[in-house]
Amino acid sequence: MSLKGIDQILKKFEYRESAIIAILQEVQEKQNYLPEKDLEHISEKLPIPLTRIYRIASFYNAFSLKPRGKHIISVCLGTACHVRGAPMVLDRLKLELGIDVGEMTEDGLFSLETVNCLGACAMGPIVVFGKEYHGQMTPAKVESAIKKYKKTSKE
Amino acid sequence: MKRISSLQELEKTRQEILGRIDPEKPYVTITSGTSARAYGSEKVIDTLRKELKKQGLTGKIDIRITGGQGFDEREPLVIVSPQDILYQQVKPTDIADIVSETLLGNKVIDRLLYKDAETGETVLHKTDIPFYKAQSPYIFGNNSKIDPTSLDDYIAIGGYSALAKVLREISPEEVVDIIKKSGLRGRGGGGFPTGRKWESCRNAPGKKHYVICNADEGDPGAYMDRGLLEGNPHSVIEGMMIGAYAIGSDEGYVYVRYEYPLASENVENAIEQLRQCGLLGKNILGTDFNFNIKVSRGGGAFICGESTALMASLEGKAGEPRAKHIHTVESGLWDQPTNLNNVETWANVPLIINKGVEWYTSIGTEGSKGTKIFSLVGKVKNTGLVEVPMGITIREVVYDIGGGISGNGKLKAIQTGGPSGGAIPASLIDMPIDYDRLSEAGSMMGSGGMIVMDDKTCMVDIAKYFMNFLKDESCGKCTTCREGTRRMYEVLNAITEGNGKDGDIELLEELSWIVAEGSLCALGQTAPNPVLSTIRYFRDEYEAHIKEKRCPAGVCKALITYSIDEENCTGCGVCKNVCPVDAITGKKKELHTIDPDTCIRCGACMAACNFDAVKVV
Repeated sequence: MSLKGIDQILKKFEYRESAIIAILQEVQEKQNYLPEKDLEHISEKLPIPLTRIYRIASFYNAFSLKPRGKHIISVCLGTACHVRGAPMVLDRLKLELGIDVGEMTEDGLFSLETVNCLGACAMGPIVVFGKEYHGQMTPAKVESAIKKYKKTSKE
Repeated sequence: MKRISSLQELEKTRQEILGRIDPEKPYVTITSGTSARAYGSEKVIDTLRKELKKQGLTGKIDIRITGGQGFDEREPLVIVSPQDILYQQVKPTDIADIVSETLLGNKVIDRLLYKDAETGETVLHKTDIPFYKAQSPYIFGNNSKIDPTSLDDYIAIGGYSALAKVLREISPEEVVDIIKKSGLRGRGGGGFPTGRKWESCRNAPGKKHYVICNADEGDPGAYMDRGLLEGNPHSVIEGMMIGAYAIGSDEGYVYVRYEYPLASENVENAIEQLRQCGLLGKNILGTDFNFNIKVSRGGGAFICGESTALMASLEGKAGEPRAKHIHTVESGLWDQPTNLNNVETWANVPLIINKGVEWYTSIGTEGSKGTKIFSLVGKVKNTGLVEVPMGITIREVVYDIGGGISGNGKLKAIQTGGPSGGAIPASLIDMPIDYDRLSEAGSMMGSGGMIVMDDKTCMVDIAKYFMNFLKDESCGKCTTCREGTRRMYEVLNAITEGNGKDGDIELLEELSWIVAEGSLCALGQTAPNPVLSTIRYFRDEYEAHIKEKRCPAGVCKALITYSIDEENCTGCGVCKNVCPVDAITGKKKELHTIDPDTCIRCGACMAACNFDAVKVV
């Protein structure tokens, strides 16, 4: 993200230290993760020590310090999804993508993540591809969903 | 929106809005909360708009878009009024029929009606569906009457009349007294008496008093607060305003969970509307009451649902709890007296003010007054949000409202209270639900998640699931919680992998004691509950895993093998096609077999088989 863009976000929050979480959220929204140089810039401008920013960025699950894939696949591991077989769906995703939770495929297309509950329990198990919800997932449905996303990404 | 600057103007505005409503005019209500959107409600709405335009009906028939109405299993719901016909699981392709047959032809479309699974009869009206019939929807029911983005809709159903009432005729001390007498207890977890909390905060000295709405609903399987904030944000805000008036606060915060973007959007929109018409800001309704609210989005940390961690997060710090030798009502946000309540607790406040203490206390049990919204999920037929009076039995909720167990399983347990709660066995199904009875049974009310488990749910696996959750979400401040939950997870994991040893159950019990006693906040203090309650009621399952290396529910991968039943297999080959590791062999129309050494126990074959031929042994 451009330093100018970050400055605009900082200005919006009036350079308030207490708004650091909201600031990091906005910075991340633009690029899927928080690059080190952006954090250094925020640290200089606010100003708060980089160690404190790092502590916050690493404490909250919403933040990623590593680049994430074009499609972020989130598997809901809420209790309702769990009892309906979410772990099997997750295992199949790991197998299909060849990555573990928190990793990105080599082509940069997919990241695999888990979420503790999306609160859409009636549809469990749920897998979210980007912003698209897929309900009543099974290990078999995973394969076709990934194929679909691979295809649309190539087009 | 024009300004509403006095009590009289609020009443006048209400009359104006009601005057504009034509009771004869037909309208169509469509649910579009997070659940409905996941089922494609936005496309349904879009199609309806286009279809009405095509038929020249734009303006002649109104569309009302509401938040979730609870029956998530059947989303999206479409209700045609004034006939009050409920259509369920509506797809964009159904819209043309709804317009031509029901709206224009006044005919009912049978295929879209709710059908009773047992009697096979169709049900026309929402309130006649068993799921809704046994509920007492005093709080959540308003979701069906309003568009959550419309302040007018909320005012039309009497919104902000409770606020007007307290500003007009009730002193702050009396408001505290009313809430105390109502017996309202915190709906977020512990069940602390709300009125007493307000009183302590009001009496605490400080430069400034704060009120906070805790919408960091993190319990997996619980989403009542999301349902309320998305579907009726003004009811929560009105509760906060009354609380602020009673406590003497002029600044409030709503801390919304990161994973709830629509709830954030709707509550932010509601606050903006109130600012514009002067219902938030200085001299509200012409009185000397000043109040403002800010919305803050969480960062995806479960621990921030704990009050001191939430306040640390609001201050821009990592969300770590602190010891509560001094309570937050005395020294909370920025070291000032702070009153924090959960979303549902706040939403109860206007109801109590409007209906009175006598009415409110007539609902519920001795120690638990009013209603509670539960998220009824898991292996149950009718999944959704249900509002029931305290004291209702588990049986009524699971069978009368929930319609019983989904599939052909048998009820094994109900899990309440999320990671802080426990599993209640099927044998206690006639237990009334209230704060105290749930605690006695080794669980807790928690925020209201109610996860139904059947005989295919492994209770050791469930204990492991929660411990995995807790070890990840422990903030790490207290050694007993950070290391203890990890050790407990390791022991449980070993048991589920067939490496359990004699003495493991006792080791878990000992670790439980240490984690509970040595941790600062409720996360650690209650972390052992899922383990202790499953040991208490399902010790035989633990023993089967440890001694016989067997998972009775057929869940734990290391202890099961998949095989194909000779009698049921037709040799169709579907299982072979879906197997990701080519573990299945067999010729067309002949019995197929699974190689247990290659099989990764992913369950794909079992899910794919149409003849129930894949078995777990």
